Amino acid sequence: MATTKKYWKSTAQLQDDNEIIQSLEQNEFASPIPTDEFLGNDEAMESSSTSRRDFLKYVGFSTAAASLAACEGPVVNSVPYVNQPERIIPGMANYYATTIANGYDFASVLIKTREGRPIKVENNKDAAFRGSASARAHASVLSLYDTNRLQYPTANGEQVEWSQLDRQVKEKLAGVAGKEIAILSRTFASPTYNKVISKFKEAYPTTTITVYDTVSEDAALDAFNAKYGVRALTDYNFTDAVSIVSVGADFVGDWQGGGFNKGYGQSRVPKNGKMSQHIQFESNMSLSGANADRRFPVTPTEQKHIIAALYSKIVGGPSPKLSDKLSKAVEQAAISLKRAGSKAVVLCGLPSMEAQLLTLEINEALASSIADVKAPIMTRQGNRKAVKGLVSRMNAGQVGVVIFADVDPVYSYDDNDAFAKALTKVSTKISLATRADATAVKSDYVAATPHYLEAWGDTEIKKGYVYLTQPTINTLFDTRQAEDSLLVWAGSTSSYSDLVKETASTNGASWNQSLHDGFYAYSGPVVEEGEVDAPVSSTVSAASALSKLSAAKQPSDYELVLYTKAGLGDGTMANNPWLQELPDPITRTTWDNYVTISQKDAESLGIENYNVANGALDGSYVNVTVNGKTEKLPALIQPGQAPGTIGVALGYGKKEAIQEEMQTGVNAYPFYKDGLNVQSASVALADGIHEFACTQLQNTMMGRDIIRETDLATYKTGNKDEFNPMPEVSLNHIETPVTSPDVDLWESFDRSVGHHFNMSIDLNACTGCGACVIACHAENNVPVVGKTEVRKSRDMHWLRIDRYYSSTESFEGDESKKDGFEGLFGDNGSLGGFGELEIPADNPQVAFQPVMCQHCNHAPCETVCPVAASSHGRQGQNHMAYNRCVGTRYCANNCPYKVRRFNWFLYNGNDEFDYHMNNDLGRMVINPDVTVRSRGVMEKCSLCIQMTQMTILEAKKDGRPVKDGEFATACSNACSDGAITFGDINDKDSEIFKVKQQDRMYHLLEEVGTEPNVMYQVKVRNV
Amino acid sequence: MINKKLHFSAWRFVLALAIVLFSTTAMAQDDASAGEPAAAQASGADAAKGKELFNANCAACHKLYKKAVGPALNGVSEKYDREWLYKWINNSAALIASGDPQAVALYNEWGQQNMNAFPGLSTQDIDNILAYTDTPKPEKAAGAVAGAQQGGAVAGGDNSMTNNIILAALAIVLLLLVVLLVVVNKTLKRFAEANGIQTEIIDEEELDRKPIWKAFVENQFLVLVTSIVLLFASLYFVYGAMMSVGVDQGYAPVQPIHYSHRIHAGTNQIDCKYCHSSARESKHSGIPSLNVCMNCHKSIAEVSEETYQEGMNEYGIDYNKEIQKLYKATGWNPDEMKYAGEGEPVRWVRIHNLPDLAYFNHAQHVTAGKIECQTCHGPVEEMEVMYQYSPLTMGWCINCHRETNVDLKGNGYYEQIHKELSEKRGGRQLTIADLGGLECGKCHY
Repeated sequence: MATTKKYWKSTAQLQDDNEIIQSLEQNEFASPIPTDEFLGNDEAMESSSTSRRDFLKYVGFSTAAASLAACEGPVVNSVPYVNQPERIIPGMANYYATTIANGYDFASVLIKTREGRPIKVENNKDAAFRGSASARAHASVLSLYDTNRLQYPTANGEQVEWSQLDRQVKEKLAGVAGKEIAILSRTFASPTYNKVISKFKEAYPTTTITVYDTVSEDAALDAFNAKYGVRALTDYNFTDAVSIVSVGADFVGDWQGGGFNKGYGQSRVPKNGKMSQHIQFESNMSLSGANADRRFPVTPTEQKHIIAALYSKIVGGPSPKLSDKLSKAVEQAAISLKRAGSKAVVLCGLPSMEAQLLTLEINEALASSIADVKAPIMTRQGNRKAVKGLVSRMNAGQVGVVIFADVDPVYSYDDNDAFAKALTKVSTKISLATRADATAVKSDYVAATPHYLEAWGDTEIKKGYVYLTQPTINTLFDTRQAEDSLLVWAGSTSSYSDLVKETASTNGASWNQSLHDGFYAYSGPVVEEGEVDAPVSSTVSAASALSKLSAAKQPSDYELVLYTKAGLGDGTMANNPWLQELPDPITRTTWDNYVTISQKDAESLGIENYNVANGALDGSYVNVTVNGKTEKLPALIQPGQAPGTIGVALGYGKKEAIQEEMQTGVNAYPFYKDGLNVQSASVALADGIHEFACTQLQNTMMGRDIIRETDLATYKTGNKDEFNPMPEVSLNHIETPVTSPDVDLWESFDRSVGHHFNMSIDLNACTGCGACVIACHAENNVPVVGKTEVRKSRDMHWLRIDRYYSSTESFEGDESKKDGFEGLFGDNGSLGGFGELEIPADNPQVAFQPVMCQHCNHAPCETVCPVAASSHGRQGQNHMAYNRCVGTRYCANNCPYKVRRFNWFLYNGNDEFDYHMNNDLGRMVINPDVTVRSRGVMEKCSLCIQMTQMTILEAKKDGRPVKDGEFATACSNACSDGAITFGDINDKDSEIFKVKQQDRMYHLLEEVGTEPNVMYQVKVRNV
Repeated sequence: MINKKLHFSAWRFVLALAIVLFSTTAMAQDDASAGEPAAAQASGADAAKGKELFNANCAACHKLYKKAVGPALNGVSEKYDREWLYKWINNSAALIASGDPQAVALYNEWGQQNMNAFPGLSTQDIDNILAYTDTPKPEKAAGAVAGAQQGGAVAGGDNSMTNNIILAALAIVLLLLVVLLVVVNKTLKRFAEANGIQTEIIDEEELDRKPIWKAFVENQFLVLVTSIVLLFASLYFVYGAMMSVGVDQGYAPVQPIHYSHRIHAGTNQIDCKYCHSSARESKHSGIPSLNVCMNCHKSIAEVSEETYQEGMNEYGIDYNKEIQKLYKATGWNPDEMKYAGEGEPVRWVRIHNLPDLAYFNHAQHVTAGKIECQTCHGPVEEMEVMYQYSPLTMGWCINCHRETNVDLKGNGYYEQIHKELSEKRGGRQLTIADLGGLECGKCHY
């Protein structure tokens, strides 16, 4: 029924001649829709002849054209060389031995190049010493292709020609008028660099040299100098070590430049019932502490007492008073050391010359063959006192020109404000830098230097061994190496490469052979750099050192222990996304630095760490104040952190010439007063919640059988059922081993012909250093996903190193606690008990376990793939055909090891993931033999099938069987600890076949019956 | 390719006509070559034998009318004393060492490069060679070469012009025939009409019949069957079309330098792996770098007359110009016989494009598998323009891996594997599939 009612909105509508009402009735909207605003530029819109219909036509046409064009393959050009270099065969890799020497990392490495591009770093197994690359050395190849590097020389911020720069710099140097020309350099430890410096001094007599190490080893250097008359560091070879006692020294990590884990790993593998015993006293939970047989969390002050007590026990003298627990521990350590005799060694990481001196004395008293003082390490030459002296001379206006050779003190000097102020008093500042870092920005002239893979050099890493650096690629940018710049400014016409060659020949080395090997032995004088401003008083006697250490008082505040991470180190390579995303071996946190604090202190300060809904970790912020400088940092509760101490990693918080995504963490160098890594600090809870990006969210094994552990005594009994029992299942009420064919539902593949690859990971030798993770990254084109994605558990690492804490004093304790559960409730109830097992102990045992695809012979992933993208090879590898994968992710769900990674996004050529794969230069590092995966496909470890196939092909080409030891994967090659063995078990004489027969061999989650081709060796602790 | 072949045969036809047209020129050439032995016999030496010897011993460095590594040899016997020449050819180094002023001057003039000693050549041999080198430059041939330099386009134009003329003549003939037919038809009709014969038969019944299309539409069964047939037929063709997306079999792009595999691999019998040497070692067969071309082309600046004509007539390509392109790219100056200019890499168009997701290794097939290049690349030695012979699809790879019996003998790597596998397979011949060649991970990683 039609209504005749009329509804009025207002009385104004009753008036017929109301203009507003009339206009409103005619217009649909009360006020005109601001189309211009959202359509953009009105003028441009009007002048455009494109109508909406035209636009739709274009859209339709271009869609049709694009789909048509997709049917037609693009024209691909092939551009061969005009003159092909003799040794380059397209498609074949060439290897060159060279040396990374950047002031922090020193190692002899092999560089794999393809078609002239360096794409991977390998260990130089032929090198006499330091032939093992750390995670950073492995990642350094990516820094070569860093777009944020300096690409040309600049003068006053403007790009200039080298000739212009040289002319201006020479003028400034000549016009210095008696004032000092100060060269502040990193440790070069190079005989040829010293020649360059002397040439420079000849040309400019007022030159002074100051060596500056970002992470300082002054105390150890001074002590060594006082005792042996050389500013150098003791070298340690742990291969034959029987007893290792470390007081605050993270020698498995980067302590004194690192590189010790090769020997350490070997000493940890039980042979004939013997292995080394490692006792660690430390504040932060370090890699060394995690690997130790016994670990005691103590404050740095207590560490001083411990050194003094050890000295008194081994050498003699009055012992300081220790707490009962500590004195028992020291007693045990002393017994262990004495029993081992010359195969014992004491290490000390305290920034105290007295402690270092006593350590040298102890090792001398032990007649330690592990500590090598005759051929010491030369890779730390820095002198903080000298640097301080230079700053005061700069302030006094005595310095006319300052040259920074590969150092960034404005970022890394503890009093960087004072340094910046002192800089203003110097009229000419010259920076020899790879990137426009904080110091280069403040410099008048910046002579752009190349990456080490584009440069020549020699470094006396260890006394008597000179390691050569050779370019593996032409300079990518308009750069010139620092030494060459100094030579040009000194008016010399010789090039640095010629000088390096000359040094080698004067040292009697064959140039070609040395270049091939990467080093030569040398019996010349010890390289000594720098002017020791204030010569160390050699009057510090052991007795006075002992009494000073014994008298050390525990400060009332927190003791801050600054450390470096396995990823970023001193921060030189902060712009490297591989390193940023490398999980810290201990905290498993990426893209961050933070305050590590003990549970006890966290509770008293009200600091919280908790997991949010998606599992990611959040934590409170704290304000840390050291010497009046306050920084706000997130706090991470670290099991094993000594109460009363906190730890902060150096190397973060860089801002200059660092991509925004990589400007992570907080700069802790302002806390690093006088280069002392122990400082007194106050900590207070601050506002805000920090979002961590951890790759591991569960910290304990909850008594499960994931990492198998036993002690040496049990292992020595040889009773495998005791320490490495085979899981059993019930078949007709009879317990049957899970590997028995009777309980097997699967039909087995025939793998008897050809190769059958197996990999063994020795949990005793694995130190968790992370080199394998980076090597895998580089070899397999693993993408970097960034912090937010890691937080969502979408990290793409094919190889992860799981870290577990024990919930009780030891893992064994966890297991017996779990086995002791009775019922749900009560004291022994499993309901509460499992909750307790989730919480790591205050001083837990720590174990590492590298986990990659286990390449199961009965692979659960293969059976569930609807498109057969995951299939089994007769060589034992579980294949993944990316182009076949449709991304159902069933395989990842069915994988008991959680090793499959899904490409949630396109990680290459995507602005959302602006890392190396998003620019042409960064993509140079991509391995051409491995597919770059796209969005929506699953990926995982392939056991480096491209490498095994290559090995097989080489043998076929030569017409010979493959020799044992030829087969390798990226991780097994990178593992300098000797933890990863890889090979063909069909070869009954192979190492891997022998390893498989060992008592310690077990498979991860054996009870599931997947029959993996990756095996583990039970971890044995020498407690 | 079919088009191309038609094109070629048309050319052949034209060529045949051209031969008739230009037969006078050919005659003139014959005359010139007939003159050679005549000249040689006059001096009592055999120029034909001399030519053989020259090609065997001298041609690597010398040309008759043009300088190469060494000077042009035409007229050399007039320039120097014959006795001196014997000495020089037998052992030039000794002659220089003895301090002969003429020899030393020559040595210095040619950049102090020693000529190889030929102690094996007798004076008679040398006479023969000299007789050959004394043959005067054939004017016509030189003219043709010069013509190629100046008027290559004109020569090409000539050909196409004759072509057009012939086509026009044919068209006129056809037209005449049509006109004739029409005229004859008309005349015959007129005769018929004149004789009262009815030429058009009209069927009355036919007018009432249903048109065939109507009958078809009304027959539902027929419609159904036809549509089913049509459906399947179209499906067949659509499927075929879809499956050929991305398959570029027969792809023969125009390359920046017209390189003839037919001449190099076919006529000259150069081994594939002489140029594509990395096929033995690497995953890539490798497009040879230009210095490999220059190994031979340093002394081959021009092709032979027959080859030149063949190129011009059959393919419309001036091979000499193509060689000049190579010189430009390498920066080679053929007159001064040295690298002078800046080299510039050649941007070849890649013919065989495998997708990135597939890993293929040449060395595996060439060195380990001992497979002939032609198995996959086809009769390359017959290809004037290189094209993709095989489809390069996964099905094609897999078929070969399934069907090809592999020869494992003589390779130490396979010894053990072969023994064990043949036991298992009961002694039958092994295929790549038996060795695991069908596994996904062997090619996709």
